[in-house]
This record gives sequence, structure tokens and C-alpha cells, in this order.
Amino acid sequence: MMVEKVSRLNPFLRLGTRRVICEEGTPMATTLSSIGIFAVAGILALLGAAKAHDSLFAAHAWIAVIACLIAIFVITRRSGHSDHGAAEEEKYMDGVVRYGAIATMFWGVVGFTAGLVIALQLAFPVLNLDLPFTSFGRLRPLHTSAVVFAFGGNALLCTSFYVVQRTCQARLALGNAAWFVFWGYQLFIVLAATGYVLGITQSREYAEPEWYVDLWLTLVWVVYLLVFLGTLFKRKEPHIYVANWFYLAFIVTIAMLHIVNNLAVPVSFMGSKSYSLFSGVQDALTQWWYGHNAVGFFLTAGFLGMMYYFMPKQAERPVYSYRLSIIHFWSLIFMYIWAGPHHLHYTALPDWAQTLGMVFSIMLWMPSWGGMINGLMTLSGAWDKMRTDPIIRMMVLAVAFYGMSTFEGPMMSIKAVNSLSHYTDWTIGHVHSGALGWVGMISFGAIYFMVPRLWGREQLYSLRLINWHFWLATLGIVVYAAAMWVSGIMQGLMWREYDAQGFLVYSFAESVAAMHPFYVIRAFGGGLYLAGALIMAWNIYCTIKGRKRDEAPMGAPVIAAA
Amino acid sequence: MANKEVDQISGIETTGHEWDGIKELNNPLPRWWLYTFYACCLWALGYAIAYPAIPLIKGNTAGFLGYSSRADVADELTKAKVAQAGLLSKIESSSLEEIRKDPTLLQFAVSGGRSAFLVNCVQCHGAGASGSPGYPNLNDDDWIWGGKLEDIYTTLKHGIRFQWDDDTRTSQMPAFGADELLKKGQINDVAEFVRQLAGLEHNAEAATWGAKAYAEHCAACHKDTGEGDREQGAPSLKDAIWFYGSSKEEIAQQIARPRHGVMPGWINRLDDNTLKKLTVYVHSLGGGE
Repeated sequence: MMVEKVSRLNPFLRLGTRRVICEEGTPMATTLSSIGIFAVAGILALLGAAKAHDSLFAAHAWIAVIACLIAIFVITRRSGHSDHGAAEEEKYMDGVVRYGAIATMFWGVVGFTAGLVIALQLAFPVLNLDLPFTSFGRLRPLHTSAVVFAFGGNALLCTSFYVVQRTCQARLALGNAAWFVFWGYQLFIVLAATGYVLGITQSREYAEPEWYVDLWLTLVWVVYLLVFLGTLFKRKEPHIYVANWFYLAFIVTIAMLHIVNNLAVPVSFMGSKSYSLFSGVQDALTQWWYGHNAVGFFLTAGFLGMMYYFMPKQAERPVYSYRLSIIHFWSLIFMYIWAGPHHLHYTALPDWAQTLGMVFSIMLWMPSWGGMINGLMTLSGAWDKMRTDPIIRMMVLAVAFYGMSTFEGPMMSIKAVNSLSHYTDWTIGHVHSGALGWVGMISFGAIYFMVPRLWGREQLYSLRLINWHFWLATLGIVVYAAAMWVSGIMQGLMWREYDAQGFLVYSFAESVAAMHPFYVIRAFGGGLYLAGALIMAWNIYCTIKGRKRDEAPMGAPVIAAA
Repeated sequence: MANKEVDQISGIETTGHEWDGIKELNNPLPRWWLYTFYACCLWALGYAIAYPAIPLIKGNTAGFLGYSSRADVADELTKAKVAQAGLLSKIESSSLEEIRKDPTLLQFAVSGGRSAFLVNCVQCHGAGASGSPGYPNLNDDDWIWGGKLEDIYTTLKHGIRFQWDDDTRTSQMPAFGADELLKKGQINDVAEFVRQLAGLEHNAEAATWGAKAYAEHCAACHKDTGEGDREQGAPSLKDAIWFYGSSKEEIAQQIARPRHGVMPGWINRLDDNTLKKLTVYVHSLGGGE
């Protein structure tokens, strides 16, 4: 594996992460004004804690106070070292990407663990521990948000910063704003996660955090957009690379979805409760317009951006078709946004909206597959790498799962199929083949690609451990998805089973009891996936430490230990 | 696009752009991809013409098939009702006893009753109607309020201690401990005596003492020998079936601070036909009289 020139020439990058809190040269005035801003924010948060209408809001205000204190402490300590300005400005701002890579890994392990816990709770309800904080109802959004927004979000954040700089040949715009985006996003995650456990929720799927956390995320997200756009404006390349189209579509659309879906009136500006602007079926439609496009623009478009950079880089092959990337980008972006109503088939939603949701989902099939074709065909001429390069193997599997779940999705949106699959665990299986298979695997591939380059290492600690990760994760996904297909279809058939005289055959409780073995199998699959992620965390840790595992190269015949 | 070159491996020209070493081939759209995309779009168009699809200022296009999901459900329900109509009207016009004696009606009522039971009753009585502590088992022949068809029917209609129904069945055992009607030692003795009535292992001396208190406080409802009284909803104490447990501690607890379960009355929630089917189903479970 080639180490990029930039990192080789740059001893600063080898110093690891400890001292790169802030890379820009920070003159005293900037330091003082930063401290001032955090001090004012901290005092406001303290006021919030003192005047809070409920203890939950106070708890969150205290978290904000602590965050401000940490920020002031770090900035003060840094200003003690007088070496800023000494180092020449790096070509790329990679400190924030390094932090992002570590955060991705950390939140990944947290999110997968939360998933395993709730999978076990479904199989063995005693694990709810009879405590409100550890009950399934509170831990489930903790899991979904931890994997989607904390793991996936950090992966998108750090890869987008990595990719946009390299494909634009430009340093990130707006100075330290990227650091604000990173830490601001982590604060959002902490507020969301503690909120779930404490019981603060506005009960909107994938958008549970309350109004003040939503406002904070909006601020962070707008700065993210500005940094990304600013970098595109600064670019030294005549054209904008396709990966950046996808990243930009993801950032812009998520901003729009987040703001509209979370429109709400707080009961008090010092309280943690708010009421949505929407109600009834309009509310349901807004929520699934948001929910479906969180999948479409967060988990699909964003990660396609990732795929479009890291796959050709790792394969060292040109992208298969420029024309296909244009057509599938615009068709995907245009059609995804209309498909949300397929989550509300056979509900109070008017028939015409259901029809549109369904036909747009069907039309979405090929635009989605455009990305798969472009990813897989990029490997033509490099398929032999599948044998020796476990990172390529991981990316290929990611794209394969992407293709599978973007076929399954349109299929499940067909009303006749949906009448069986909806509300069953088939949906859960579908989501996880997309999330574990596509989102997870492509992110793992990207992190494995970036880490040696970010820390200036010649190679990863171990390729064989990636292979272990690959097989554990693959097996985990297959076990998971298969268990959910079987049990989901069984569940759906049990619910609609009528006898010859037209009477319902099964009670709901009987269908729950029948799910038990599948819940156990599913938890086992999730355990395998988590085990793979732990191996990855170890591999990444050792790579950052600069260690190399003594092992036979991949693809070579295994030689007995000498 | 000055830097167009031909990729050595595929023999395809690149677009001439390059980003961080990434080039793009100028391959055309795969035909099968494009035609499948067109086919999906055509199908979508056709479907949108056939079904309700386009919102208008007032209402929406109806689609030439005239489909409506509400009409669809109504239609399915009507068909299901028509299919059952003959038997349903027979159930309506027959007495519970007549239903029980007619094999066709009995079979129909038992399946219908089971189906209603699965939706409405399993939450407390369990999927197999075997109950759990505090919720009676309906498979045995130990009935607190009677196991004849009419008894079950009445219980179903009006419930037990159901405050929204004036005709509900009501019984209340005094709280002998909480209201200090008996001392702790006496309660213990009575519990021993109750175990004696049921033929369970007990302390004979304590039971002798307990017998006195029992005769004074309990026998009015549970009767001298503990067979209970269905008129008052007093359960039998001499069989092996226990509502809240048979250990001395559990019995003593029930004497000291009795728990009183509530069963909702279903007369306003289920139609009479369903109530009749439920009655016959519960009666058929094994303990019907």
C-alpha cells in the first residue's frame, strides 16, 4: 500500500492525534475570543440549568456547561504551547478527519453493542432489568441513533472532509469551523443519547431529540454545509468530482428534512417538552417523508459519495461510467424524495399518496442500481484483487448488499407485498441488510483505507485481521437477515391466517412466542457483527500506534510457522 | 477535455478529468439498465393512470379501475359476512343450549369463539385459556361464578367488579388483617385450617384454633366445609385449584389483604352473536357444566 506523498513529507502528521486539537495558527486574540464565546455559552447554559422547568432540561443544560468548561480548558492549555504559526500550514486539514475516524470507530462499537443488547432483550425480556433507563423502549432509539447518526454520521463527516479536500486539491474552508462541526456534532450525539436514556423524546422516528437539541444540530449542520461549499469554491480542479455531488446532496437534503420534520412549539424555553406543528395523517406523512429520506440521503447518497472515492482509489481503476454516474445521481435525487408514503400503505393516508409513494419507489430501482453497477464495474480489470485485498472484498460486499437491499426496498413498496411485510420483522431484516451490509461495510472499507494514510503509516497493522472482520461481519449479516426474513414472513402469515369459516387463527401473543427462536438467532448474528467491529477497533488502534503484525501476506499460500 | 486517453485494460476512452488520481471511463449507459429504467417508468405511468394518483384542487384522479382501499376493505368485510350469514343468523335465533346440541352450530361457535377469545381474552387468561396467578384457568371445572352456559354468558356480558356495569358480578372479601378484624396469629391459624380443609400438610394444633375463627368469620360465604358459594362468588377452598397460591403465606396474605381481580363486561364492546360464541367456546374448554 502506497503512503501518500503528503503524509510522508509531513512529520507533523506522525505525531498522532494528541496535539492537533486545532491546526490553524491561533494568535492570542483568536484564543481570547474563543474563550469568550465559550464562557458566554457556558453562563447561558448555567442559567438554563438554574431556571429549568424540569429536571431533564436541567440535566442537559449541565451537560452543555461541562462541554463549555472542557472547551475553555483545552483552548487555554493549547495557548500555553507557543508553537503555532511555526508549522507551515498543511496542504490538507486532516486532524479533524483523524478525530472523525476514531469517533466513527468508537460510536460504531457503542451502537452495535446497543443493538445486541436490545436484540437480547427481545429474546429474553428479563434483560430490561425493570428499570426505565434500560428498557427496550428507551434503548431502541439509542441504538438506531447511535448507528445511523453517531457511527454513520461521523463516517460521513470525516470521509467527506477527507474526500472533498483531495478531489478539490484544496484545504477545508473557513479555518477552524470544521472543528466546530466535529465537536458540535459529538455534543449533539451526547445530548441525544442521554436524552433517550433519561426519557426525553418527541417520539418521532429517527428524530427523537427535543427542540433545543434540534436547534443545535441545525446550527452545526449549516456550518458543515458552509465548510463543504467553501471548500468546493476553493477547488483547484476544473470540475466537481461525483463523490462531492453525493456528499452535497446529502448535506443539503438532510438540512431540509431535519428542519421541516422537527418544526415544533416548545412548551417553555426552559423545558424539554415541545409539540409538533403537525398532527394526524399529515404528521405521519411528514415523519415518513423525513424517515425515508434519512435512509435515502443519509444512508444512501452520503455513502455513495464514500463509495465513489474509496472504491476506485482502493482498486486503482477508473470509475466505470461517467455518464451513468450523472444519470443515476439525478434520477436518484429526484425520485427518492417522493417515495416516503410507501411506509404508510393501507393507512389513513389517501390512496393517491400511497400510489405515488409506490410508483416512485419502483422507478427508484434502476437509479439505485446505477451506483451498484458503477461500483462493481469499476473493478473490471482488477477482480484479482478480491483474492489478495480484504478491503476490496469488503467494498464489493458492501455494494452487493446495496444492490440487494435497493431491490428489496422497491419490491416491499409494492402494496401486495407490503400488506404481508409491513409491521413485521421482515422490515427490520431489510433495514439491517442495508445498514450492516452496505453502510457498515463501505464505512469499514473507507476507514481501513484512510487510517494508514492519515497517520502516515506504511500499512495497516494486519490484513489478516481485516479478513477475520470481513467473514465475521458477512456471516453476522447473513444470519441476521435470514432469521428476519423467515420470522418476518411467518409473523405476517400468522397475523393474516383465517380458517375456513373466516375466523382469525392466531392471537398476537402466539406470533410473539413463535418469534423467540428467531430472536435468539438474530442476536447471535448481531454478536458476530459486533465481534468483527471489535477486531477492527483493535486493528485500527495498533495501526495508529504504528505496529505491524508479523503475518503471511494475504493470498499467498499459508506457510507453517517458521 | 484535453487529456483524453485510452484505458489500457478496458480499451475505453476516459473523460479526460482526473481527481486525486481517479479517472472516469466514458462508457455508455448499460442498455439493460436503461431499458429496465424505462420499463419501470412506463409501468409507473400506467399504474398512476389505473389507480388514484394525482392530487387535484378538490380531490384526486380516481384512476380508470375505480379502486379505493376503503371500498376494498368494505367489500372484503361484506363478503366475509355474507359467507357466514346463514350460520350467524342461526346462532342469533338459537338459545345457547340449542347451539351446543347442534354439531354444525357448535363447531362454528367454537371456532368463532376461539377467534374472539384470541383477540379479547388472551391478555389475561392466556392463549390456551390456562390463566395465571390472579387470572382463572378456564379449562378446569372449578367455577367461582358458575360453569353453566347461562352463568358464563352472564359473566361475559357484565364482567366481575366492573364498575361501569350495574349488573356486574360483585363479591368482596373483608380485609381481615388490614382492617384488624383478626390478629396476625389468628390469620395464621385460619390459613392452617384452610390448608386442612384442602387436605394439605398443616399444623394440626394451629388448625384447631383456626377452625373457630373460620366458623365465625369465613363460613358464611365459604361454607363450613369450604366448598364455597357461587351465589356470592366465594371460591371453593377444598380443591387443588388456587387463585392466588396455596402456600400458608399466600393464603394468610389473601386473608389479611385480599386481592380482588376485575373482569370487564363485554356487552357494550362485542355483539351478542360474538358473546354467544365466546360462551360456547369457554364452555367447551373442558369444565362446562
